[in-house]
Amino acid sequence: MNTTKRSNIPHFCIGLGVLALGAVAAWQTSIIPQVLYATVGPSVFPSMITVFLLMLGTGLVVAAQRGGWAHDQDGTITEMGSLGFVVAGLVLNAALIDKIGFIIASTIMFTLVARGFGSEKWWRDALIGFFLAFGSYVGFDRVLGYKIGTGLIESLI
Amino acid sequence: MVESFNLLMMGFATALTPMNLLWALAGVTVGTAIGVLPGLGPGLTIALLLPITYKVDPTSAFILFAGIYYGAMYGGSTTSILINTPGESATIVTAMEGHKMAKKGRAGAALATAAVGSFVAGTIGTLGITFLAKPVVDLALKFGPAEYFSLMILCFVTVSAVLGSSALRGLTALALGLFFGLIGVDLQSGQARFTFGVLELLDGINVLIVAVGLFAVGETLHLAAQKKHKEEVLEVKGGVGMTRDDWKRSWKPWLRGTAFGFPIGAMPAGGAEIPTFLSYYTEKKLAKNPEEFGHGAIEGVAGPEAANNASAAGVLVPMLTLGLPTSATAAIMLSAFQSYGINPGPQLLTTQGQLVWTLIASLFIGNVMLLVLNLPLVGLWVKILKIPQPLLYGGILVFATIGTYGISRSVVDLVLLYVVGGLGFLMRRFDFPTSPVIIGMILGPMAEQEFRRAMTISDGSLLIFIQKPLSLALLLIAATAVLGPHIWRLVQRKRMIRTN
Repeated sequence: MNTTKRSNIPHFCIGLGVLALGAVAAWQTSIIPQVLYATVGPSVFPSMITVFLLMLGTGLVVAAQRGGWAHDQDGTITEMGSLGFVVAGLVLNAALIDKIGFIIASTIMFTLVARGFGSEKWWRDALIGFFLAFGSYVGFDRVLGYKIGTGLIESLI
Repeated sequence: MVESFNLLMMGFATALTPMNLLWALAGVTVGTAIGVLPGLGPGLTIALLLPITYKVDPTSAFILFAGIYYGAMYGGSTTSILINTPGESATIVTAMEGHKMAKKGRAGAALATAAVGSFVAGTIGTLGITFLAKPVVDLALKFGPAEYFSLMILCFVTVSAVLGSSALRGLTALALGLFFGLIGVDLQSGQARFTFGVLELLDGINVLIVAVGLFAVGETLHLAAQKKHKEEVLEVKGGVGMTRDDWKRSWKPWLRGTAFGFPIGAMPAGGAEIPTFLSYYTEKKLAKNPEEFGHGAIEGVAGPEAANNASAAGVLVPMLTLGLPTSATAAIMLSAFQSYGINPGPQLLTTQGQLVWTLIASLFIGNVMLLVLNLPLVGLWVKILKIPQPLLYGGILVFATIGTYGISRSVVDLVLLYVVGGLGFLMRRFDFPTSPVIIGMILGPMAEQEFRRAMTISDGSLLIFIQKPLSLALLLIAATAVLGPHIWRLVQRKRMIRTN
């Protein structure tokens, strides 16, 4: 049997995460006000999903204790730097978009993501990103009327 | 039969207007392009285009979506033949044989048999939709809420537990989707659920955010964290075309592939993997020279490609007749119906007959367009394939931003998008399927509604689900699908112990 296998820590954490989601579901279900007149109130289905999540979380924890499951990667991230650039791009985009506008925020994100994927031509990427963002803004916001907000450059055009 | 034919002709009348032809052309062009680009799929693209449902009439929007859906299938085969990175598991087989053919300088023949095979399968599959739609609807109209709920349970089980590599992980993905689906105001009681006191969540989470988060942001993070290797795009030498011998070896696999793909796609389980593999092994068995398989046998491209496209057509049967999505793309199209205030389900064909028949007619038209677009113009798609990865993924994230921030101009939505993206990254990393999340999110609230209706009829007794024979049968099939393999393993183990 598999009892000799050591428990798989990352998989164990995922199991715990699903259990935690189950706990969150239980908490949110408990604060749904009860309705008297309905045969099936608003909290019946949420309760079922809560139980489902808790069962699955337990199942994943048990699977992790038995050594985890096989998959392509071993769960460790090989390219920490690359991932860092992409995440930085996303975070900056979310932080800046309502302050300096879509065009500049997206240009910054584009440049950082391109860097994350191994490009070393900062200026070329920034330029392409700028024209892509600028063109999309004009196309969507001005021509199609699909509003993407305003910002430093947006207010000038 | 005759009635369906007449309705289809009426659909053609609408689909053939210049404006609708343009929508179809736009759809198949965009579809082929995103199908060619590795890592992008029709689900993501249709999700990003959901906001057009506020501006465009439903017929045009669905012609566009249907074009993207079919186009992506054609484009996907080009990529797997020329660079051997299957975008989706269904094209793994094409990649095996097609790429080998391309390496031998037979890329043109591989692309041609894939395109013509897709056309044959797509056309037969669409004919299948045409003539199957009415009988399935007639059957479905006899379903009560209890039968419906049980059918949805079966669908949940097959898409998450049976088709993936692990029932436990598939069901976890489904549960996550059901959780997302619960967020917002319960329409029946008016109570806010799972909103954590955040006002923005009262309307629920937009499926666009979850689909784009999982498929675009999650995928980008996943690829960024992996070792980059430059992919070599093989050249197409001497144009696209087939010799007389290629035709002779291809036409039977096309038809057999279609025969596998359409029925399996049309079942409540859906999925293109099983029919493509079945087709591959059948062709290998029947081939005159099976030793060619694994070294670029044209039958191994023709059959699975046809199976893939036929199953894509098949998936539209439960979607249009039962309102049952069996793939993430189908689920996103259903949410487009909902955003028009159209209720998907067996009544769709009667209340929105014009729309549905125009959609089916445009599938026929789109298939013809795709054949033209993919055979002579293949050089254009090869160029798209050469876009460098850094620019491609930077661009994808810019469009993801437009798609989410553009609907609401809310940073909360953008943050939510990235959180879902992080989740998608973890799911990819630890081999959880992502489609069940989308299916659970769309189908979950529909299942709850049927559950409540059934319980109202039965006056609160759960027995209704096992007292109705059809409902009981569906639940038993679902239970067998989940527990069957485990019981089988136990039996095997007992037998092993006994023989020892």
